[in-house]
Amino acid sequence: MSDIIAARDEAEVADAVRTALSAGKTLEIRGHGSKRAVGRPSQTDLTLDLSALTGVTLYEPEELVLSARAATPRADIEDMLAASGQMLAFEPMDPAPLLGSAAGAGTTSGTLGGLFAVNLSGPRRISHGAVRDHALGIKAVSGRGEPFKSGGRVVKNVTGYDLPRLMAGAFGTLCVATEITLKVLPRPPMEETLVAKVASPEAAAAALSAAMGSSCEVSGAAFLPEGVAGRLPGLSGSPAVVALRLEGVAPSVSARRTMLRAVLAPFGAADVLETDASRALWLGVRDVAPFCGLGERAVWRISTEPMAGPALAARLAADLGGEAFCDWAGGLIWLCLPGESAHGDAVRAALAPHGGHATLIRATAAERARTPVFQPLDTALAALTKRVKESFDPGLVLNPGRMHAGM
Amino acid sequence: MTGTAPGLRMPDADARVLARRSDIIADLKAIVPGEGVIAHEREMRPYESDALTAYKQLPLVVVLPSTTAQVAAVLKYCHDNEIRVVPRGAGTSLSGGALPLEDAVLLGLGKFNKILEIDTPNRCAVVQPGVTNLGISKAVDHLGFYYAPDPSSQIACTIGGNVAENSGGVHCLKYGLTTNNVLGAELVLITGEIVRLGGKHLDAGGLDLLSVVIGSEGLLGVVTEVTVRLLKKPDTARAVLVGFPTSEDAGECVARIIAAGIIPAGIEMMDKDAIAAAEAFVNVGYPLDVEALLIVELDGPEAECAHLLEEVTRIAQACNSVTLRVSTSEAERLGFWAGRKAAFPAVGRLSPDYLCMDGTIPRRQLPFVLARMRELGAKYGLRCANVFHAGDGNLHPLILYDANAPGELHAAESFGADILRLCVEVGGVLTGEHGVGVEKRDLMDTMFNEVDLAQQQRMKCAFDDKSLLNPGKVFPTLHRCAEFGRMHVSGGALPFPDLPRF
Ligand SMILES: Cc1cc2nc3c(=O)[nH]c(=O)nc-3n(C[C@H](O)[C@H](O)[C@@H](O)COP(=O)(O)OP(=O)(O)OC[C@H]3O[C@@H](n4cnc5c(N)ncnc54)[C@H](O)[C@@H]3O)c2cc1C
Ligand SMILES: Cc1cc2nc3c(=O)[nH]c(=O)nc-3n(C[C@H](O)[C@H](O)[C@H](O)COP(=O)(O)OP(=O)(O)OC[C@H]3O[C@@H](n4cnc5c(N)ncnc54)[C@H](O)[C@@H]3O)c2cc1C
Repeated sequence: MSDIIAARDEAEVADAVRTALSAGKTLEIRGHGSKRAVGRPSQTDLTLDLSALTGVTLYEPEELVLSARAATPRADIEDMLAASGQMLAFEPMDPAPLLGSAAGAGTTSGTLGGLFAVNLSGPRRISHGAVRDHALGIKAVSGRGEPFKSGGRVVKNVTGYDLPRLMAGAFGTLCVATEITLKVLPRPPMEETLVAKVASPEAAAAALSAAMGSSCEVSGAAFLPEGVAGRLPGLSGSPAVVALRLEGVAPSVSARRTMLRAVLAPFGAADVLETDASRALWLGVRDVAPFCGLGERAVWRISTEPMAGPALAARLAADLGGEAFCDWAGGLIWLCLPGESAHGDAVRAALAPHGGHATLIRATAAERARTPVFQPLDTALAALTKRVKESFDPGLVLNPGRMHAGM
Repeated sequence: MTGTAPGLRMPDADARVLARRSDIIADLKAIVPGEGVIAHEREMRPYESDALTAYKQLPLVVVLPSTTAQVAAVLKYCHDNEIRVVPRGAGTSLSGGALPLEDAVLLGLGKFNKILEIDTPNRCAVVQPGVTNLGISKAVDHLGFYYAPDPSSQIACTIGGNVAENSGGVHCLKYGLTTNNVLGAELVLITGEIVRLGGKHLDAGGLDLLSVVIGSEGLLGVVTEVTVRLLKKPDTARAVLVGFPTSEDAGECVARIIAAGIIPAGIEMMDKDAIAAAEAFVNVGYPLDVEALLIVELDGPEAECAHLLEEVTRIAQACNSVTLRVSTSEAERLGFWAGRKAAFPAVGRLSPDYLCMDGTIPRRQLPFVLARMRELGAKYGLRCANVFHAGDGNLHPLILYDANAPGELHAAESFGADILRLCVEVGGVLTGEHGVGVEKRDLMDTMFNEVDLAQQQRMKCAFDDKSLLNPGKVFPTLHRCAEFGRMHVSGGALPFPDLPRF
């Protein structure tokens, strides 16, 4: 257990980083530690606890903008937005149920800084973009212990490099965010989901593609094979299906329901899940409900070209004896293996012909130490990534080794 | 001779490079044979400026490669020989991003003009960087798809330039900017190394370097291939044209539309001068007796458009609108847009020259900013017409001046700089979509302090260790990368004296 430094504001964060730097110590950056079980298990000398950096500093609903200190609980932000009929449109996953207590993760749904640092977007990623697409501005402390800012509070901004976007998904390896400004969006007044049976993964890919390639503005598109589907709310006992979500104002949703039925007609009849059932289903997809509560059985999150996803998911599940389903119109595969062994080489070899990346999200510490958690980089990209890391954190103080060994 | 306008200081030319010009040309010809190297002054003229025509400079030599291997070889050669490089697409930059340097190779990507793959099942296309923005939409039009970002310059500007500038358009309120619509890119580093970022899948498996390459104004690498997201064309699009007695009312209307949970495809605003200029130019029936005009476009299924048009109409009336027309045909809708899209040339007819500014502000600051701009106009004795991407607060003041009238260019530039400072003062930024380039370079310190800028430049050094790519753009001062490496850690007096034991 490393020593903990608690910082209450930007100046204290900067002091802590500078102190660590000059003493040659490394820091783990922690919000609530809800995702500590993700990533390579890193050994740091000290933990920088940001949990006191809370509070929404700006929220202007009619300007679609919100700023908050980095450790503001995600739940507080979501409640505040909901009260104004708004939302974080990227529908961030809550990893706590998947990681569970077995993985040593906490029970909270985490902080804004953590959510931002892992860039983990949910089903609406396909229509509304990722966490990074909503990152407008950041205040942060670099690995040099220097506070800096980048971006701003307006959506259209090309003044300087887009560092807020780079920070999203950097897992706290480049800087410590102290305040983050996000674009927020109106919450659609209603939603429903069409569910249609599919005969094969190939048919699923074709149905998902037809729906996404229509003007129905689908905002959630999943392939749920038999077995997996049955463990999601509203689909118990279901055979393999595709699920397609429509959101918006009532007249629009109803018009698009008719259009989408026509698009799906060649694949078969579709059932409708009304608002509450639809919401429950997508929450289950977002938080990977079918694979929760299975101890430390290895879980992969794989991003690939959407058309290849369903067949690849089925093949990986069959070859490795696990289970899989697809979100993102086929482009995001969640794969749960039968045991703790991650089979990293097999997973990545199967993915290689289609392109994309595989991240080991749940695994024992031993398995995460053995298998590269993040997609290995080719030589030129690895060298560039290392130089970028060092340009923010030359002493490799911040979360060293969290993403890639040696950086 | 510097060739550029007075007042703009570019990095000193490297005399050793100038002295070796003919050897360099010969070496480059060996890499890019045939017509690919242009060294005659007359033939280099078309490249001496981009759309920010106040600044002109002939390059050392123009090189027009046609393969990624050639780009890689040229860049490696330049890196080995410490020669600067300025990438160029179609040269429509309004911020001087593609302005040549006397001692730099101008690397034109115009020959990279092929669409490599159209993949509608995966809703994407793989294209070369010299393909025009509109060329992509045209190539997939028959399939019912399009590429969403639509800068007004879309007939001419290239996707490579769009990536470099993170360009927007009138529909980016709903559909996003370039960065939200590009999935992948092939990037050649100054060392000649080739890296692929992203692809047909979403998000990055490691650091999201694509997100900083987009909008990097040619300073991080040369883009040689782009994978763009394609969208299905909406079933219907309808627009409403609303006139208001004051810009406050128009601004309030925009705020209330968004507060009502409506994200239109686009909301554009024009002020009285811009309305008059546009109407005189295209004659589409804009009301001339209003202070501000809004075009609000809604797209999607017919039923949604009809529903939202009613809502928008109700909101507009509650905000004191004095004229309101809903488009009843496609021709009428396009008519509403014709004036707005022709606003730049229309204003151009009012005056021999104009400067197009590009700040962004929090929307609610609009009335204050417009009032202050009128005061500034009076101070400088110059007129200024305003078109405004009102939905996302991106302001395009068009400052009218006459370059032949002594002092007017200087006055126009000072006026423009004051407007941008004002944007920053009210919580906005210097540039929403046109880029910093050389135009806003020396204003960067109004938004960023030294540490902010140093951190950005350190990241640039991770891509370009010798500062050879597009130097003199974006950052007010050119430093050697080694200068940024220094750490200022005071070893003795540590902060956190009460810290647990190191
Ligand atoms: C590939 C992938 C992996 C994921 N892995 C995890 C995971 O391992 N754990 C997890 O809880 N969730 C993970 N998620 C989901 C998401 O990270 C969590 O829900 C997050 O929101 C928890 O917040 P927290 O404050 O508890 O974060 P923490 O667990 O405290 O931190 C999460 C990460 O963010 C960094 N971080 C936290 N605050 C800051 C800050 N202010 N500035 C810079 N960096 C900061 C941490 O160093 C750490 O790398 C993952 C998502 C994806 C897509
Ligand atoms: C009339 C008019 C209207 C305009 N309207 C809009 C608008 O509505 N929205 C908007 O956003 N912009 C607009 N612009 C600005 C301009 O069209 C955009 O910035 C455009 O993206 C520039 O593209 P280009 O191909 O002309 O690039 P260039 O002007 O040739 O270059 C621009 C920058 O990109 C770099 N670059 C170009 N190609 C590459 C490459 N392959 N790799 C690396 N770097 C590269 C250059 O070095 C330079 O820094 C307008 C311009 C004009 C003249």
